Amino acid sequence: MNTTALLFMIISEAAITALTVYFFVKVLRSKKKGEPDSYSEE
Amino acid sequence: MSTNKESWGTRVGLILAMAGNAVGLGNFLRFPMQAVQNGGGAFIIPYLVCFLLLGVPLLFVEWSTGRYGGQFGHHTTPLTFHKMNSRWFWKYIGVFGIFSNIAIASYYCYIESWTLSYTIHSAIGSFNHLDQHGVAEFFNNYVDISTTTTGIPFEAVVFFILCLVLNVWVLSRGLSGGVEKVAKIGIPLLIVFGVFLAVRGITLKAGSMGAVYDGTVGLNFLWTPQFDSLTNPKVWLAAAGQIFFTLSLGQGSVQCYASYVKRKDDIALNAMSAGWMNEFVEVVLGSAIIIPISIGYFGLDKVVELTQLGGLGLGFRIMPYLFAQWGPLLAALSGIAFFGLLFFAGITSSLAMGTPVMSFLMDEFNWKRKSSALAFGFAVLFLGLPTVLFFQQGVLDEYDYWAGTVSLVLFATFEMILFSWVFGMKRGWTEITHGADIKVPVVYRFIIKWITPFLLLAVFIGSLVRPANDEWNKISLRGWKLHNESIIGQLKHQGIGPNNSYFSDRFFAEHSGIVDSVYEKDGSRYISITDTTGETAAASLYSLRKIDKPVVAAGASVKSGDVLYTGNIVNRVFYIDFARILLLSVFAAIGVLVFIAFRKRKRTGKL
Repeated sequence: MNTTALLFMIISEAAITALTVYFFVKVLRSKKKGEPDSYSEE
Repeated sequence: MSTNKESWGTRVGLILAMAGNAVGLGNFLRFPMQAVQNGGGAFIIPYLVCFLLLGVPLLFVEWSTGRYGGQFGHHTTPLTFHKMNSRWFWKYIGVFGIFSNIAIASYYCYIESWTLSYTIHSAIGSFNHLDQHGVAEFFNNYVDISTTTTGIPFEAVVFFILCLVLNVWVLSRGLSGGVEKVAKIGIPLLIVFGVFLAVRGITLKAGSMGAVYDGTVGLNFLWTPQFDSLTNPKVWLAAAGQIFFTLSLGQGSVQCYASYVKRKDDIALNAMSAGWMNEFVEVVLGSAIIIPISIGYFGLDKVVELTQLGGLGLGFRIMPYLFAQWGPLLAALSGIAFFGLLFFAGITSSLAMGTPVMSFLMDEFNWKRKSSALAFGFAVLFLGLPTVLFFQQGVLDEYDYWAGTVSLVLFATFEMILFSWVFGMKRGWTEITHGADIKVPVVYRFIIKWITPFLLLAVFIGSLVRPANDEWNKISLRGWKLHNESIIGQLKHQGIGPNNSYFSDRFFAEHSGIVDSVYEKDGSRYISITDTTGETAAASLYSLRKIDKPVVAAGASVKSGDVLYTGNIVNRVFYIDFARILLLSVFAAIGVLVFIAFRKRKRTGKL
């Protein structure tokens, strides 16, 4: 792979992966809202 | 009193179901094809820009529209749109939010059934001893309902119905008991399968297992940025289209899932989590499977040529052959992983298409969950059977064009105008940010109001008047030749050629060329013609029925419009118009149901 392609791929994929993980972890760590909420099992 | 008592079990379940709705066959089949056909690295930049300017705003708008409607007990777009603005026509525009789901599910479930069948075929090693032509022929036989690859008569129909029964069964178990459980199993498995195949693709080495090039050659093509693409409207149109398709936007399913979220609960973070999860699967995994593996075996030029078969063609006609080069065990594992991931990607999306239809019946006509799921199943069977029976006549392509492409852009344009200009951005922004677990960047208030609606209008108008050969510089006030796939071109049957009547006793050559051969195989007769009019010679294969009589012989030179064979011929244009009438009838029928539901609610004061 040429250097530009490699850099472009690494930056794009790292950014997308980081944002995916960031938002998902934020969901897991978000405070639960008081009952009754939207989720029947939590 | 509505019978609809659905709810989500967990927040993670909702996000995985929403990600499953977005992650579909397009992530692995359509995205790589679009990237290859639009110049590789030339495509990625417009694609990412479109995600930020079209995808993210539409995700915010659809999630908040859904949650807004849910407060009033409306889980589908017709009544939600009416609640947002009471002018009479909005509820009928909302019909798209039910129609698209039934119409897309009708052919989507059929393709899903191929993935189920191919997973089984990969496991039992059906492709191991076939050459490239044999694997392609295997697919042709599969979709030809008169032949069978397993000994099961009408195999394609049987697998289609099996897939449909599976969908109906899951749907009948409800959101938390069915849809959510499938998403919780399907999405992690899909990611595991995807990672396995991506590692295989990236680490493919020239000279090993029959590969001619390293897998990184494909990645190099895909990721070398070409900034001049930013001025090419064709690439922008393709990128915007892919964003619609990949995020399941403009369909009504996102609004339906979100309508079961209570007003105090977050939608902004949920939307971002599900949306970026889809991007991870598409860009990180989707780009590292088909392109590196196929370019590793065929080289760049051949793969660009093969993409003319479309993503489905490459996925089902070529990939099993390439996996077979890796030896029986790896071929079986890779085939199961590839078609298994396509199956999970497919079913999590088709379940999302069933939910708005069921919610509408439960909300407006007090149907029970099981009856509603069955009704969805029968509607899809009725509308889907023509795609199975007349696949080779182009019915599936017709559904995909009108319901899976044009409807989505049209509906999204209307919903964006409704949300940002009619409902109003002040109220809209409150809906987006209410209960949010993240701070939504305030720039999106401006983007949603002033950028996205105009981009959507540009995409729609661009699709309407797309010029031939995508030569946008030829557009002038004096007129220009339209692309066959432009909306106007399609409406005018442009490019249909000399066989433009429904029924005929003669079939005419569609291109000029030389007849290579007239032969009989497996009881069918074929005429093969090499087209000599283009820059490169391309072959056309015409399939004749037993009763048709060829009037040309091998070696003959034919011109477009010359008679090739005689018989009682039903031309492709008949099936195209038949498909369009079916789709229009379904749209009108849903419109009537919305009218009845509206009258009923008005009478009982529940609007």
